Amino acid sequence: MPTAIECRDLRKTYDGKVEAVRGLNLEIQAGECFGLLGPNGAGKTTTIEILEGLLAPTSGMVSILGHRWHENEREMREWLGISLQETRLSDKLTVRETIDLFASFYREPRSTDEVLEELQLTEKADAWVGKLSGGQRQRLAVATALVCNPKILFLDEPTTGLDPQSRRQLWDIIRVFQRNGGTVLLTTHYMDEAERLCDRLAIIDHGQVIAEGSPPDLITRLGGHHLVEFLVDGNGGDGAQDAWRSLPSVESVREDDGLIALNVKQPHLTIPALLEAIERQGGKLQHLTTRQASLEDVFVRLTGRHLRED
Amino acid sequence: MSVAQETPVRTQPATPPPQRRNGRWAGYSHLLMARMLELKREPEVVFWVFIFPLLLALGLGIAFRNKPEGTVSVAVVQGAKSAQTLLQKSPQAKQFKVQVLDAESAHQAFRLGKVDVAIEPGANGTFTYRYDPARPESVLARAEVNDALQSAAGRKDPVPTKPVSSSEPGSRYIDFLIPGLLGMNLMNSGMWGIGFALVDMRQRKLLKRFVGTPMRRGDFLLALASSRLILMIIEVGLLLAFGVLFFHMRVMGSTAGIALIAGIGSLTFGGVGLLTASRAQKIESVSGLINLVMMPMWIFSGVFFSYERFPAIIHPLIKALPLTALNDALRASILEGTPILHQWPRLLVMILWGGISFVLALKWFRWT
Ligand SMILES: Nc1ncnc2c1ncn2[C@@H]1O[C@H](COP(=O)(O)OP(=O)(O)OP(=O)(O)O)[C@@H](O)[C@H]1O
Ligand SMILES: [Mg+2]
Repeated sequence: MPTAIECRDLRKTYDGKVEAVRGLNLEIQAGECFGLLGPNGAGKTTTIEILEGLLAPTSGMVSILGHRWHENEREMREWLGISLQETRLSDKLTVRETIDLFASFYREPRSTDEVLEELQLTEKADAWVGKLSGGQRQRLAVATALVCNPKILFLDEPTTGLDPQSRRQLWDIIRVFQRNGGTVLLTTHYMDEAERLCDRLAIIDHGQVIAEGSPPDLITRLGGHHLVEFLVDGNGGDGAQDAWRSLPSVESVREDDGLIALNVKQPHLTIPALLEAIERQGGKLQHLTTRQASLEDVFVRLTGRHLRED
Repeated sequence: MSVAQETPVRTQPATPPPQRRNGRWAGYSHLLMARMLELKREPEVVFWVFIFPLLLALGLGIAFRNKPEGTVSVAVVQGAKSAQTLLQKSPQAKQFKVQVLDAESAHQAFRLGKVDVAIEPGANGTFTYRYDPARPESVLARAEVNDALQSAAGRKDPVPTKPVSSSEPGSRYIDFLIPGLLGMNLMNSGMWGIGFALVDMRQRKLLKRFVGTPMRRGDFLLALASSRLILMIIEVGLLLAFGVLFFHMRVMGSTAGIALIAGIGSLTFGGVGLLTASRAQKIESVSGLINLVMMPMWIFSGVFFSYERFPAIIHPLIKALPLTALNDALRASILEGTPILHQWPRLLVMILWGGISFVLALKWFRWT
């Protein structure tokens, strides 16, 4: 399969101080849906804008369908549909006028009506952009990217702020695009979205790829297989964590607000031993669940906390 | 996403919709149309660009209209009542608006500028004129009142004279004002319409989004300039038509000449606006910059009053300002019908300002 997007040793330092991207490598195949995941400030937007040719990297190589940005920019722009993280389209134009405007820049765009239909904006076609809800604006932004009939779709947080139905609709649109041979690069903060939509993911932190692979692959490699979460009354002091870790088949222990989560390979070995240990300590079990590890567990394990304050 | 659940393949429509194809100028024409629609839908723009200059012209034109006869206002202090009788007997009686007041209110009225001259009783039947040598209308009033009093009392002029009054359109304040307002308006809308609009688009990341498409950047700027020229035609046409209809202004120069001057002026300030917008990231900072650039021209370039009032030594500097060149050129063309070829130094000043700004702006301009 040919490579759609490739970058090698990409670096970006803003104003000589902020190292937003530090040596990033990606290789995305044509027809793939690839996700960039990472906490706020990890460098996702910076990376995607460099790949889109909107931001010059400090150093490193970028290639889009085998072409370099400075060689053939106008032609390359015909291939890309872009939705930026935050664009405020003109409030005083209607939805249809906005899509028509973007369509007019391309040699062979799609029909506006078809795109309106696909993004369920037909009803709002003659409404001013200023009068749209946040989610409708988001869909319009994607519509302006899709109208050009792109080979590659870049979507920076396309579903942030959408209701669950709209998110699912957008997933469907992305899948249809992909099924017709398109390549997608998207960033997201929703784990379920990444897990269901993306063929492959890269988790980015501090401007570097810290893990890469298909969602199931990442989960089995890094998330453990199962999670056993429980709450005990009067659970005793600092020694407790070590006690949990020494239970059979436990790979790691995490504590979150009193809730203890064990990363477990074979729950049928761990759970009887766990119950026994609690009884021995004289604690009382308040709550116990087991579940399959998810992408969120991988993410939290790799990047630390759910939200960072820096 | 399992294949088995997929809906059966739908029958294709008999003829697929024709593939949409865009010509070379599709982007430009859509950009221009979008810009014009946005302007039309922005009530503030319509007000500030079209209505406000008309209101300004109307207000100032009325306030400074040439006064009709009978508007020399005179206060006669009670002890000098015989002056009133004499004034009414005089041949110029129609010119005076006489009020009889006590000494204190007369003084008060004079101080507030409600009367131009006060006639007070002097010793042994003489009169004293109270007037202000610094106020032209007061000086004039004193002379007129004196003339009227003397001739009513029997003075015979040794040389017979006959006045013919003449107040020609072309020399009134409103005639001076309207070309000045035109120039100022072209400056305002050029600077805001280009400078502000661009920074606003940059702040909204819309410029970045456009640059992410194959849009030709030159077409984008061309569309912006075209929208300025279209607006210019409406602005100039409205204000001139207003002057002609309401104030019976006479337009001496040719329409083509005036349009050419206004067009060059418009593009000049569009260029300067582009330069102010080349780097600013926030609309607040570009607003300050635009006001800073326009301020000296509001004061010096002869919008509301002639720059001849400033010391002669700074006249060359004033004449080098683009708005001065535009105002002078518009006045010469509209009021005197000066041919465009005789105006080349003024046009050159504008073209230099606009051209140099444009080149620098392109060098520094940031699309993101
Ligand atoms: N124009 C800029 N000038 C200076 N620093 C910047 C600029 N843009 C981004 N940064 C910094 O670069 C780092 C990466 O930012 P980036 O926007 O790429 O993060 P992100 O992963 O997209 O975050 P988020 O999930 O919040 O969108 C941040 O520390 C940010 O402060
Ligand atoms: Mg971002």
